[in-house]
Amino acid sequence: MSVSVPMIRQTAGAGAARAAARSRGQSSGINRRPGWITYTILAAIILASAYPIYYAFLLASSDTITIAQNPVPSLIPGPNLFSNISRVVNSDIKFWPAVLNSLIVAVVTSISVVFFATLAGFAFAKLRFRARRPLLVFIIATMAVPTQLGVVPLFIIMSKLEWTGKLIAVIVPAMVTAFGVFWMTQYLEAALPYELIEAARVDGCSMLRTFYHVAMPAARPAAAILALFTFVGSWTSFFWPFIVLGGRNPTLPVALQLLQASYFKDYSLIMAGVVAATVPLILVFIFLGRQLVSGIMQGAVKG
Amino acid sequence: MATVITTDTSPQNPETDRRNRRRNLRGRLDVKLSPYLYISPFYILFAVVGLFPLVYTAYVSLHQWHLIGGQGAFVGFQNYVDVLNQPRFFTALRNTFSIFLLSSVPQVIVAIIVAAVLDANLRARTFWRMGVLIPYVVAPVAVSLIFSRAFADQAGMINSLLGDLGISRIRWHADPFSSHVAIASMVNFRWTGYNALIFLAAMQAVPRDLYEAAVLDGANRVRQFFSVTVPVLRPTIIFVVITSTIGGLQIFDEPRMFDQLGQGGADRQWMTVTMYLYELGWGAQKSFGRAAAVAWILFLIILVVGLINFTITRRIASEGMAVTKKRGGTR
Repeated sequence: MSVSVPMIRQTAGAGAARAAARSRGQSSGINRRPGWITYTILAAIILASAYPIYYAFLLASSDTITIAQNPVPSLIPGPNLFSNISRVVNSDIKFWPAVLNSLIVAVVTSISVVFFATLAGFAFAKLRFRARRPLLVFIIATMAVPTQLGVVPLFIIMSKLEWTGKLIAVIVPAMVTAFGVFWMTQYLEAALPYELIEAARVDGCSMLRTFYHVAMPAARPAAAILALFTFVGSWTSFFWPFIVLGGRNPTLPVALQLLQASYFKDYSLIMAGVVAATVPLILVFIFLGRQLVSGIMQGAVKG
Repeated sequence: MATVITTDTSPQNPETDRRNRRRNLRGRLDVKLSPYLYISPFYILFAVVGLFPLVYTAYVSLHQWHLIGGQGAFVGFQNYVDVLNQPRFFTALRNTFSIFLLSSVPQVIVAIIVAAVLDANLRARTFWRMGVLIPYVVAPVAVSLIFSRAFADQAGMINSLLGDLGISRIRWHADPFSSHVAIASMVNFRWTGYNALIFLAAMQAVPRDLYEAAVLDGANRVRQFFSVTVPVLRPTIIFVVITSTIGGLQIFDEPRMFDQLGQGGADRQWMTVTMYLYELGWGAQKSFGRAAAVAWILFLIILVVGLINFTITRRIASEGMAVTKKRGGTR
């Protein structure tokens, strides 16, 4: 947890960081166990968070007539989940190609973001060079630039390169993010001791070998969290893939849009598509949700 | 370092000397250039896919420019004039702001409250924290499909539940304001828990002795919350408000998927500015010039709103801060 103190300094100021360092983990009289009211409120919040997903699952396991007759679905799932999902798979929305596309884009961008962000983070955190500080501030400032508004020229560029309809048009713009660089810089500043770098240098390692043998292993925990966020972000993104890929070569969210456009009256089918597209991330969440939580609390931002 | 010294003090063999000097030079170049090399991928990519398109948008917006036909004549500000003469643009602007306010304001307030509840000394802490984050892994497109069904005008779940309470059916898709509420609820569903965790992290950094001092001064829990917690959260609130402004004013996914046609309703009652941009560029008109003009107008709006937000949030939060400072003075 010592890592989060610099993050607190970033988000809440130096005083708060000092206090966090001082009082972390200590409990005082104020920290007594809360009563049942708190747990009831929390249970209600979690119910509100989970019910819409369960609602999608209920409709996906039902059929059109039952859905039309019961606006509020029965809490017990119907028998049709797998037949509905197989209807999605066999519909003309290219389900399996979409799954494969989403997987390729998410995996490639995650690896790429982690690699380039760790490389840059290593340089910003541990190497001395001119204009280091302003260059880092510039990167942080770019996080506030609404780059989505550059879609028109970006599309023109992709057309010129004849990349429209190809995955590379979605992958390349997402290969390194400002947030990733900022995140790895923060982490490596605290987690990588200068002694290790100096030791590697004295042993005759070049900068690149030092990065590979010393910085990369030290960065592993933060790199895992960054990969996770990049994966989720990529898997759920719609606007740019929708514009540049279109229906011929869709990712999953684009395929869901096609499903809605062609079968908008068949709600059990659409919800089966929603469930099929969401299950992979639910699985990720069950196994790695803890890392997502700690990532956000250490200063992850939207994006 | 040690090797450098030995080579410099042993000039007997010119051959090894030269080799060593070359190796030395390579080492120095390695040290000098590597950092720039390592940080360059971000700058190159940002320049090509971020900054350049944004600037080039201004150039496109001053030309006739067709999706397929490409660049046409220079027309000055004609595209801006055309867009600003379209009632549809102002409808889109109204919808965007309405959805933005309905999503950001309640979201920040609820997120702070949720964070305050999570900040208690809970059993199974991680479980509750994970619980509020579940919606984050559902794609906005999927959220929109789920909610647009629940908010269906006829035979929808929400209307049916409201009916049980004796409230008459709401036309969630037909009525502009109601459709904005429905769309804002999708945004709130996905981001409230996420922002609550950001606030929670900031709250845990609040010095506990501040609370102890407040208790000694006789402040109850509510007073503690407003006089201690909220002022300390100031930078975090500014951060969350700014990011949700940038994201919220560009909203596309949720309203695009609110019905199967994706035009924002028959009267464009929930069409947002980004949807309008898409319609101009990739819809029937295929006018990249006008789409680019809309993009630039929206860019300026985001800039202005961001600055206004920043000022307001800072003022609100610093008033709270003044209270704590006074309190600190009497101690």
